[in-house]
Amino acid sequence: MNKESKCSCGGVISANDPRFEELKEYIDSLKDSKGITMPVLQEAQRIFGFLPLEVQKFIAKEIGIPVSEVYGVSTFYSQFNLTPKGKHKIAVCLGTACYVRGAQAVLDKLAEELDINVGDTTPDGLFTLEATRCLGCCSLAPVMMIDDEVYAKLDNISVIPGILQKYYEQRLPE
Amino acid sequence: MDKVNITINGIALKVPADYTVLMAAREAGIDIPTLCFLKDINEAAACRVCVVEADINGVPMRNLPASCVLKVAEGMNVRTNTERVRKAVKMNVELILANHNRECLTCKRNQTCELQKLCDELGLQKERFDGEKRPAHIDEFSPSIVRDSSKCILCGRCVSTCRKVQGIGVLDFTNRGFRTEVAPAFDYSMRDVECIYCGQCVQACPVAALREKDHIQQVWDAIDDPEKIVVVQTAPAVRVGLGEEFGLPVGTPVTGRMVTALKRLGFDKVFDTNFSADVTIMEEGTEFLGRVKNGGKLPMITSCSPGWIRYCEMNYPEFIPNLSSCKSPQQMFGALVKSYYAKKMNISNRNIVCVSIMPCTAKKAECERPEMEVDGVRDVDYVLTTRELAAMIKQARLRFDMLPEGECDSIMGEGTGAAVIFGATGGVMEAALRTVADILWEKDLEEIEYTELRGLEGVKYAEVNLPIAGELTTVKVAVAHGTGNAAKLLDAVKAGELDVHFIEVMACPGGCVHGGGQPYVSAKKRMRLNPRINRANGLYDEDMRLPQRKSHKNSEVAALYKEYLGEPNGHLAHELLHTHYEPKDSYKIK
Repeated sequence: MNKESKCSCGGVISANDPRFEELKEYIDSLKDSKGITMPVLQEAQRIFGFLPLEVQKFIAKEIGIPVSEVYGVSTFYSQFNLTPKGKHKIAVCLGTACYVRGAQAVLDKLAEELDINVGDTTPDGLFTLEATRCLGCCSLAPVMMIDDEVYAKLDNISVIPGILQKYYEQRLPE
Repeated sequence: MDKVNITINGIALKVPADYTVLMAAREAGIDIPTLCFLKDINEAAACRVCVVEADINGVPMRNLPASCVLKVAEGMNVRTNTERVRKAVKMNVELILANHNRECLTCKRNQTCELQKLCDELGLQKERFDGEKRPAHIDEFSPSIVRDSSKCILCGRCVSTCRKVQGIGVLDFTNRGFRTEVAPAFDYSMRDVECIYCGQCVQACPVAALREKDHIQQVWDAIDDPEKIVVVQTAPAVRVGLGEEFGLPVGTPVTGRMVTALKRLGFDKVFDTNFSADVTIMEEGTEFLGRVKNGGKLPMITSCSPGWIRYCEMNYPEFIPNLSSCKSPQQMFGALVKSYYAKKMNISNRNIVCVSIMPCTAKKAECERPEMEVDGVRDVDYVLTTRELAAMIKQARLRFDMLPEGECDSIMGEGTGAAVIFGATGGVMEAALRTVADILWEKDLEEIEYTELRGLEGVKYAEVNLPIAGELTTVKVAVAHGTGNAAKLLDAVKAGELDVHFIEVMACPGGCVHGGGQPYVSAKKRMRLNPRINRANGLYDEDMRLPQRKSHKNSEVAALYKEYLGEPNGHLAHELLHTHYEPKDSYKIK
């Protein structure tokens, strides 16, 4: 099995990454408390952005539980990400109002344009595509959010490539 | 302990206040079905098969509580056989079946499956729910253990056994809801994680979600090949387990019938791992005396248990220099069959196929370790578990109960009482002390039973006074079984809290008699008896019966040294019978 974890910058997290020090300090501050797996995983995700094998191995060793248990917790709660998230998060509302107004077509179009599945991140690390519950603006259905921006009344899915284009153009040349 | 008054199905009982309803019911002869329950190990109330109706002084308890974790209380009235209970239990089992791969007729656990037995007892007559099943993952990369999620019923018995008994924790519940799966982290294969292949999870599994890697066909092929000389060795613990597969009481010794069965299966030579266990004592005893006299690394730790070796390599690499360099009896046997025996019989060792019958799943991995060969010739070719041997006997349609007693072939078939007790925790140490004491006192000692090293205490200690280099020295020894106990012992040594000279470790709780390859004993049966005790007693009885009870009294072993090896720990012995270890990593990130 070839398991490789990549952080959002595209590189493998090395064992001497300074962020492990930061995480260790946090773990040490909790060492005398019980039930610290959840807060440690949350902090690790804040620091690294996601929870790859290297990070989970580190946590397991530091708090003295098997890797399998760390992994079990990290896959039980939907708040934890095992794969890196993209720079921009696209959240398509699948609430009732948006759904009856064609949100599925919006989601499908995005998946097609980005060539990824729902929940995944584009290989260039620019977008993560997610489906969400009601965003609270049903009168604008169907809607999606990219980061904090709301895109309303997407009945005509042909506008979607244009919206994405904006984000491609914002990207700094490498 | 205070007692409380309860009734179960109207029967008045007075039971200790710390009892569960399940314990009280079993004592009163009332059978409550269980599935996830494994005494002292997994008391998780996960399967909801043991639910009962209960009230306390007429005040009904909420819902149907699980009797495996429901503590008794004064005035409690329990009903196990009402329509409500029967319907609930049936429904719960039907829901388990809905997500279970029901290929029972061709399943490895056909007739030993605890779920199958439960369905029979509950009288389930149709598959009421037949919907989508969770995606199946079958991991066959491990040299010893197959994990098949399509059969898993999420009882958690393996999870608890690995974590609580062995102190490892290879498996846990991953994901959630419909997609819940018992697996290592990140879908790694059990080959690539901290698994030591001991197979205690296989012993714990009520179904076939965890099972041994099967090598029966390869052995039949070797037997059927006229070019091959197929020799077989059987480990000590096999002879007190095999009979259970044919309906005999747990722990019944069946050595003679087993030998006859092996001959009738078509093995060309039937030898005994007891022979090489005696060789192990000669080598390990000599190595120990050498370390004591020459200031070598102490405490020396035994190396017979491959599960323990892998555990040490992964978790306590700093103790690798303490490990005896001796190969295990299985590997010594293989190396000797392909050198000593081949030479004696004037046959090419390339035509010899060496098969081991072991109570162990880790032995399958041990025989595949790259260093276990001499000049490119593998020591051991195939390892079968006790269960697999029973399967071959059934396939060959031998009537085990009618087999006459047979005797092992020479020149590697003799074993002493010291060798036979290798199968129980403390046995290797006792065998070593029998020989070491005789050598140092230069006489044939009569007090040879080190009873403080027997039994199921997690870590056992003994002190023996021996004359070493002209001085009476107190030799301190310790024995641990189950890697969880081994860790405690090593931590104490590491912290300087414990000063011992010689340590025996067996990876499985109880030693090889309860190895991962031994016949299944259902959770229900384990509430009544402890197979580790019954089987160990079987071995100690064998020890009493044998004419020689010390390894250095084995005449075939004496001949081996005289005619072939020379001295124990000599040049040829080192080449054939000793090995090395190296730190091992798990969850490698490539």
